[in-house]
Amino acid sequence: MIKHIKNTLIAALIAVPSMVFAAGSNYPLDHADYDLTDKASLQNGAKLFMNYCLGCHQMQYQRYQRTFNDLGIPEELGQEHLQFTGEKVSDYIRSAMPTESAAEWFGAPPPDLTLVARVRGADWLYTYLRTFYVDESRPFGVNNMVFPEVGMPHVLQELQGTPSKTTEKRMVDGEMVDRYVGIKSDGTGELSPSEYDAAMLDLVNFLVYTGEPMQLERKAIGKWVLVFILVLFVFVYLLKKDYWREVH
Amino acid sequence: MWKNLLDWIEYRIPMMRVANMHAIQYPAPKNMNFWYVFGFLATIVLVNQIVTGIWLTMNFEPSAERAFASVEYIMREVDYGWMLRYMHSTGASAFFVVVYMHMFRGMIYGSYQKPRELIWLFGMFIYLALMAEAFMGYVLPWGQMSYWGAQVIVSLFGAIPVIGPDLVIWIQGDYVISGATLNRFFALHVIALPLVIVILVFLHIVALHEVGSNNPDGIDVKKPKGTLPEEEKTDFTIHEYYTNRYDYTKDVIPFFPHIVLKDMVAFCFFLAAFSYVMFFNPDMGGYFLEHPNFEIANPLKTPEHIFPVWYFTPFYAILKAVPDKLLGVIAMFAAIIMLVLLPWIDRGKVRSWRYRCGLHKWNLIVFAIVFIFLGYLGGTPQENWKITASQIATVMYFGFFGLLWLYSKNEDTKPLPERVTK
Amino acid sequence: MSNAPVDNGRRRFLTVSTCVVGGVGAVGAAVPFIASWNPSARAKAAGADVEVDISKLEPGQLMRVEWRSKPVWIVRRTQEVLDALAGHEDQLRDPESVEPQQPVFAANRHRSLKEEYLVLVGVCTHLGCSPQHLKDGAFAEYVEGVPEGFFCPCHGSKFDMAGRVFQSVPAPLNLVVPPYQFLDDNRVLIGSEAEVA
Repeated sequence: MIKHIKNTLIAALIAVPSMVFAAGSNYPLDHADYDLTDKASLQNGAKLFMNYCLGCHQMQYQRYQRTFNDLGIPEELGQEHLQFTGEKVSDYIRSAMPTESAAEWFGAPPPDLTLVARVRGADWLYTYLRTFYVDESRPFGVNNMVFPEVGMPHVLQELQGTPSKTTEKRMVDGEMVDRYVGIKSDGTGELSPSEYDAAMLDLVNFLVYTGEPMQLERKAIGKWVLVFILVLFVFVYLLKKDYWREVH
Repeated sequence: MWKNLLDWIEYRIPMMRVANMHAIQYPAPKNMNFWYVFGFLATIVLVNQIVTGIWLTMNFEPSAERAFASVEYIMREVDYGWMLRYMHSTGASAFFVVVYMHMFRGMIYGSYQKPRELIWLFGMFIYLALMAEAFMGYVLPWGQMSYWGAQVIVSLFGAIPVIGPDLVIWIQGDYVISGATLNRFFALHVIALPLVIVILVFLHIVALHEVGSNNPDGIDVKKPKGTLPEEEKTDFTIHEYYTNRYDYTKDVIPFFPHIVLKDMVAFCFFLAAFSYVMFFNPDMGGYFLEHPNFEIANPLKTPEHIFPVWYFTPFYAILKAVPDKLLGVIAMFAAIIMLVLLPWIDRGKVRSWRYRCGLHKWNLIVFAIVFIFLGYLGGTPQENWKITASQIATVMYFGFFGLLWLYSKNEDTKPLPERVTK
Repeated sequence: MSNAPVDNGRRRFLTVSTCVVGGVGAVGAAVPFIASWNPSARAKAAGADVEVDISKLEPGQLMRVEWRSKPVWIVRRTQEVLDALAGHEDQLRDPESVEPQQPVFAANRHRSLKEEYLVLVGVCTHLGCSPQHLKDGAFAEYVEGVPEGFFCPCHGSKFDMAGRVFQSVPAPLNLVVPPYQFLDDNRVLIGSEAEVA
């Protein structure tokens, strides 16, 4: 027993610093130009999240009420249009799916998304949401460019249409090879490619918001704090000068 | 009325006497420069950490089930909870920034040399306690980095021959890092270590005030009693505790208000930087708050890259540079012990690098660069060239101490000035 | 060394203004620490107004709801009970509801907005137990001639069907009437009064 633990620990000690997992990918990320002051965008993002993500993913550290208030959604309207599981407006945003069965279906419970923007970054999310592609070898028939071997279906397919990897023939070293040029939808979705990108930006915007709901407040207070420090500095500096004039 | 009250207290406890002795009329060299503000700033940060820490414990729940959620509860639901949390998390990094500057000050001006060895020693103990404090504090939010960082650091003890593996289990209180580990780290982080640090800071200051502050010239501003004519003594009021034993030259000014005001100017700059980070960039690009730590601890899934927080990365690089497990751990601890032993490794008689040999200046500068470079190597993803680089840097790190020991014995020094220079 | 002329007026001005600015900063820095002791958003959500559907409440029936973690009773009183309220007022401590134990709208004999519905915080004003509702003559055992009322099992305090306390019991005050309003005939909102236009 002890021997076994010893080996595990040694393995952890040696392997852990250099561990690189499959989730890593060098796919170039698109810049997500989100805007937390854009309430319409946040509201659309919230709508997308509640409709498409909340089925499996929780947002268990965030409250409906707080979300509605911050996004400028009247509570009654929010309750009517964005709450589907019959909770109170003061409840946390929880998924209707029991964690055990989720783990059974997907191999691991779908991660909570409250803080996903702080874990992955907005650019990663924006790119991830737009780089699903058909891959019949995967259990859900799709794969993802920034998250290889992703363990979830492409739930936004009805919006995007069926996306596939597009390649073009290129001459490299005297041989024709297929070079990846991007993801292209077959056009069966409800949204055009540019509309889909805009919608995903809204969703990312919403996720950035939930990652740190006080972000705008924090920056607003910060400005005043810096102004105050400047004022304090002027007085302290003059007083210091005054006293140090007597030191030669 | 007011005076009567003060007299009444003074008769029973030496309130004003201590304030005069250790602050208001404490003799400080007038040439203390920019490098001398970090002790004051470290004290400020310590107070900040203690106060915000106390406030955070009011809502934090130290259990594997609730720790992560309770931190988010503080961030989202407690009025201004996010501000308290960012003050604490930014404070942790700020603490190490000012402490590293403070230590480097001590190195360039020889503040560890005779008779200030104990000040340095207490300071190093503070540094060690601070590292333990910071490490355990980082475990508390129970994110992925908390968990796996704890896993790696605690596993280091497993390298100790014979008792190692059992020791690891004892530290963890379980076969893995678990709720039991979290709870004991919480107890140590909020009670035991802060108490130790406060006591050590007290001793650090008592020892400092016994021998007096050093200065950038590294010369004494006090002379044996009775050797200075009256007109060469300082005009400022210095407490009799000091003047009874020494004569103080005109290089000396009182700590209050002169030094305090200078520290306050520095404090404004510090506060501006601190507030900028806290309000506009609390993650500091993932260095102050690491991105994977916003994901709840998952014992089954290691994050892609594991790094300690930036202030540990130089030592982490040394650990990784040595291909042998046990030797790596030994090298890492030796790197810290070298610093502890600095007063005895340096055999020089001249304190400040201003008057020491050119090699000493270069040695110090290279050491600082190597330390930062090691930090970079330990805090970025592993690449092949970095292994060799960190091995070279490790040798150079220890080389600083070896060289210092060699050249400091018979060193070519410049003549010391009689009085401090501007 | 201190031979440079010191302009005391300037120094005094700078000292005072630096202290004032620093004081403002200290007060500002204290704000988050003080504010964090307020009820958190979670506590506020848990203490929010409670909406109660009373359409199924039969005459004579009592229902319990929770408001700010306290039991709140809603009793639909029969005409008989209401008529009886005037009968024992000489035995009450505060029959006119002079003590501020209720919103202004309930400072009347029946201590309620609508005569029929009594809304009370079911916590004894003595030491915080929750009294029992005794009816159909069970209460007469404690107060002669009064068939229905509230009796606190802890120390024997007695209240009538308007929550008014009887004399010579430990409880000093009438039971508390919480702020409430009728959203419509069937829904009561406990926790806030209707705003007076």
